[in-house]
Amino acid sequence: MIKKFIHQFASPKTYLFQVDRAYPYIFYASLFVYIGSLFWGLFLTSEDFVQGNSYRIIYLHVPASFISQSLYLAMAFASAIFLIWKVKLSAYLVKSIAPIGAVTTFIALVSGSIWGIPTWGTWWAWDARIISTLILFIMYLGLISLHDSFTDYEKADKFLAILVIVGSVNIPIIKMSVEWWSTLHQTASITVTEKPAIDASMLYPLFGSIIGFSGIVFCLVILSSKLQILLREKNKSWVKDYV
Amino acid sequence: MKAVRKKRLVTVLVLLLTSGLGSMLIIKALDSNLDFFFTPSEIFKDELPDNKRIKVGGMVLENSVTRDGTNIIFKITDYKESIQVEFDGIVPDLFKEGSGVVVLGYLDNEILKAEKVLAKHDENYMPPSLDIEK
Repeated sequence: MIKKFIHQFASPKTYLFQVDRAYPYIFYASLFVYIGSLFWGLFLTSEDFVQGNSYRIIYLHVPASFISQSLYLAMAFASAIFLIWKVKLSAYLVKSIAPIGAVTTFIALVSGSIWGIPTWGTWWAWDARIISTLILFIMYLGLISLHDSFTDYEKADKFLAILVIVGSVNIPIIKMSVEWWSTLHQTASITVTEKPAIDASMLYPLFGSIIGFSGIVFCLVILSSKLQILLREKNKSWVKDYV
Repeated sequence: MKAVRKKRLVTVLVLLLTSGLGSMLIIKALDSNLDFFFTPSEIFKDELPDNKRIKVGGMVLENSVTRDGTNIIFKITDYKESIQVEFDGIVPDLFKEGSGVVVLGYLDNEILKAEKVLAKHDENYMPPSLDIEK
């Protein structure tokens, strides 16, 4: 049963028709959740006892940072599936996630810079967390240009997948950078093992903003993968019917 | 799992392992060079040379801040050692006694002449009213 479902879903055609139906719902629900959380976080919660109002950029910075790393993990996962099982759809997904990952990492870097000005007193520091995130951004750009530099799609997909897996070591480095080295960036407020270091009144809108933002980005990935499928399968008869 | 897929799975795992091992060695080699700042204890332990730009991080020692116009003198501490800092300029809003700072400057007779003062903040967030209750 499950095997049959996976096999069906792995077909670009079934995937496309399924996500086509689902994504408007996901998009509007996520948009509603994100705007609601932003309103909650910006207007209904109190200011912070140290940072005053400037901490409120957390409702953009944390979701963007979270999703930029999650997207990379998703790419690594899809790359492994592609290399082992040769599922074409996962190669399309790797390629379509890369530019969105680059954009969210850029948002994380810029929002971090904006946050740094009033709190740290600088918009940039050569700090382990910031450098590793910058590497993530450059890696996303590198992956995009690597794929584009091949004329042969088969080769491009393969090399892209290999490089994605090699680069995935950066994700635990980003995560642990604030623990391993003395950094200007503070350590994580929300961890699996401990009670959150952020008060509940700020935590709930933060969770909401993470869920909402991730949902919106998820829809962008769907749209981007749709484009990738239509582009790569353009000679198939169902694509001609669809377009 | 088919033999050919098993082989590819092993290839992927080896790829992950070698790149992980490689970066671990690089990180090990860089070790403390990736630290953004020294702590006051490290400065006295390593006997860093004068007139070399360094970054020192720690807490602003309570009751150590004296201001004279834009001149500000304070001590940063890691609660083991502390070091005197002299700075002429504007400190960030988050700068206060008992909070974290990173100072960029150079040593001059065990005094840190600061060129830039950055404020560090920790991972705790709460409304001010809760802080008063505590």
